[in-house]
Amino acid sequence: MADLKINFAGIKSPNPFWLASGPPTNSGYQIMKAFDQGWGGAVWKTLGVPVVNVSSRYGAINHRGNRLVGFNNIELITDRRLCDNLREMEEVKKYFPGHAVIASLMVQTREEWQQIVRDVQNAGADGIELNFGCPHGMCERGMGSAVGQEPAVLEMITRWVMEVATIPVIVKLTPNISDITEPAQAARRAGANAISLINTIQSLIGVDIDNFVTYPVVDGHSSNGGYCGPAVKPIALNMVKNCAQHPLIRIPVSGIGGIENWRDAVEFMLLGASSVQVCTAVMHYGFGIIRDLNSGLEQYMRSHGFSTIDQFIGKALPNVKHWEELNLNYSIKAAIDESKCIGCQLCYIACEDGAHQAIELNEDKSNRTPRIIEENCVGCNLCALICPVENCITMVRRDDGSQKTTWKQRTDAGHVPVSFDDELAGGLGHSIPNPPEALRK
Amino acid sequence: MVEPEKKKDVPDVGQLFKQIKPLMNKSEAYYESSRCLFCYQAPCTLACPTSIDIPLFIRQINNGNLIGAAKTIYQSNYLGNTCGKVCPTEVLCEGACVFTKVNIKPLDIGRLQNFATDHAILTHQKFFEAPGFNGKSVAVIGAGPAGISCACRLRSEGYKVDVYEARNNPSGLALHGVAPYKITNEEALMEVEFLRAQFGFNVFYNKRISGKEDIEHLEAGYDAIFLGIGLGNSAEIKIKGEGKQNCTGATGFIEQIKTGPIEKLTAKRVIVLGGGNTAMDAASESARLGAGKVILAYRRSAAEMKAYYFEYDLAKVAGVEGIFNIAPVEIVGERAVEGVKFIRTETVDGKLRNIPGSEFVIPCDLVIKATGQLKQTSLMAHISGLKVDKDGRITIDEATGQTTNPKYFAGGDAVNGGAEVVNASAEGKFAGSGIHEFLSNKS
Repeated sequence: MADLKINFAGIKSPNPFWLASGPPTNSGYQIMKAFDQGWGGAVWKTLGVPVVNVSSRYGAINHRGNRLVGFNNIELITDRRLCDNLREMEEVKKYFPGHAVIASLMVQTREEWQQIVRDVQNAGADGIELNFGCPHGMCERGMGSAVGQEPAVLEMITRWVMEVATIPVIVKLTPNISDITEPAQAARRAGANAISLINTIQSLIGVDIDNFVTYPVVDGHSSNGGYCGPAVKPIALNMVKNCAQHPLIRIPVSGIGGIENWRDAVEFMLLGASSVQVCTAVMHYGFGIIRDLNSGLEQYMRSHGFSTIDQFIGKALPNVKHWEELNLNYSIKAAIDESKCIGCQLCYIACEDGAHQAIELNEDKSNRTPRIIEENCVGCNLCALICPVENCITMVRRDDGSQKTTWKQRTDAGHVPVSFDDELAGGLGHSIPNPPEALRK
Repeated sequence: MVEPEKKKDVPDVGQLFKQIKPLMNKSEAYYESSRCLFCYQAPCTLACPTSIDIPLFIRQINNGNLIGAAKTIYQSNYLGNTCGKVCPTEVLCEGACVFTKVNIKPLDIGRLQNFATDHAILTHQKFFEAPGFNGKSVAVIGAGPAGISCACRLRSEGYKVDVYEARNNPSGLALHGVAPYKITNEEALMEVEFLRAQFGFNVFYNKRISGKEDIEHLEAGYDAIFLGIGLGNSAEIKIKGEGKQNCTGATGFIEQIKTGPIEKLTAKRVIVLGGGNTAMDAASESARLGAGKVILAYRRSAAEMKAYYFEYDLAKVAGVEGIFNIAPVEIVGERAVEGVKFIRTETVDGKLRNIPGSEFVIPCDLVIKATGQLKQTSLMAHISGLKVDKDGRITIDEATGQTTNPKYFAGGDAVNGGAEVVNASAEGKFAGSGIHEFLSNKS
């Protein structure tokens, strides 16, 4: 039986699945419900001076029928009084002493920071999360992402907090920055116990092309918001990887960004996250998704022989290198399994128009399985990604693996293209049709 | 029991009885499971007699947790694979799918269930482990879906369970009665073996419990007894000429197809009497076995037929002709069946009556009676204090499955009068919980 318990920077949780700070953690009622159904922890919707929110607040990318592939919000921090939130926090901890309750905070002055930290500690919180990431509404006033984008300010505020904190402090980072490892290092220098990332990405979700305004619409007007949901996972994964690999960070990472199922969670954990937080998927499906998350993680651990979570945290990190360290001699070519092909011919047009013209159609139009032109195939695997049939297009290795060479090595050996017409150009030798031939098709 | 005329060649069963719910391939399972909305308090789960968490297992299939999906199914229904194949999903889970409200094809739940459970059975997954012997033992009479389900439930609490089965195979009607294009014998047996391997109940075949002595022996040797005895042979119609050669009961007819060597029917005209699902099965199967013409004769109107609409559709696709509002009055012929004399009927003031002087004969050479099954009254008579209702169905306490003889519990066809495998599965498991509560309170 796999053990899902974690100890994240000193915060104990029965499993790594936490609710991220947002509408699902607005009230003690919701958090109790979630804990009752099996969530391990919850980060309370950011506490501070309560706001007044607008209506409408959300927009979504519904990609060809799949709803909420991407999600946007222009909602701010809690609009409830601190005293109400604190009272509920105490109640939740009374009923669920073994579950992790983390208070997310966003205030301005040193006095406010230190006061609110004491308040949530008195209410029984197990940890604190500093919200330096909200990309709309708060940053205009010098809070949220305005702090997250200024490492020096972030370090200063974190130090204020560390002066009075008696429970673990997590710094939540904004992705709206060129190099997220900078604020992460600042958090570390200030003595923070952990970091969590990502917060939402500054974005405009779409335009109402008939009324000439963006979504969400507030009385004919709109504003930019924060993007989240399954669409942002790749951005989050990369940033988690960057922080987890950085030699000067080395504190636990809580992964956030489009987690919807157990597989997403495992991906974050393999890149170094030792807890994960979920918000959008809960807004979509309710707390019930925890059944799939717990069951899937357990099954993954069982099938891979992991008895505890820490046995696989960061296991993929050693394999994620700099581009210049990748093996240039690794050669793969696409192969189409005719018995599985359904004849959509999408691989052909993708390669023909969008890549390297390495796939051809048959002369006999009744055979709709395209053919790979091996000499032209560069092994980009675009066709394999597009093919709708499982295992119909596979990439087959052609080199024997004995010769490895990287861009870095070649550069050091002086064996890379340096001039514009260099004979070492990688694409030299690949045949490309003459431009006028395009007009004959 | 009379047998239909047979020819010597053995037709290809695969062709005759192509699976109407074939196994999905990976792409199918992926795209179909992607359609599921993951409803809250899903109507499909509410419609399932065993309350399988359908959105969860579909989601688990979708994100590659096939083992988890099978586990989800088996945690609610021990006969998850059989049910996925034989359940009338069109009127249960699939019929309840929210998509039907907007004319979108409902999720193919039965086949998704098969996709997960077939995999689990073929890869010998172990989802359950029976705890150590708790000191008490229970006898289960009947290794059909109700009995097996009860056995599993009891084994999960550590009871020693002995199942007594009259035939030489388990699965009851799931094997002997359900049409071969829904589930093959192999598949039905594989699931029972999959369960037996994990739960460790014992099955004694060819052990019909019939007389007072058998009953006394069980009562002395076990702390409780579950009756999963099902129904008996096809009911008689009680008309003149019923005993002629080639006039047979549907139950026996279908059982022959499922257990004997498959041989083509040489009958030129078959008349099936009845309007329930068994009549539809018998008609469909006769047609597929090569009968020249198959007529389904029901004494009421088509709208009043008890059979599921899709079973009648299946029969029509096989070429069966339905003739309604005709009631059989006599089987005519020398020694063997040569025809059936019918009288036309009509419903007047809600009551069915024959129209005098409207008799006519439809010639045929095989009659299959599918108007119901008899109850196992002879066995039940030996159990003291066992109450049955006016239709011969065993009376139970709805909250526990206990009969009026406290040592006996019951479920399945013997209690509900003849329903689906899924009902038997649910009732057997429910009675198992009832037995556990009863025996836990006793000591």
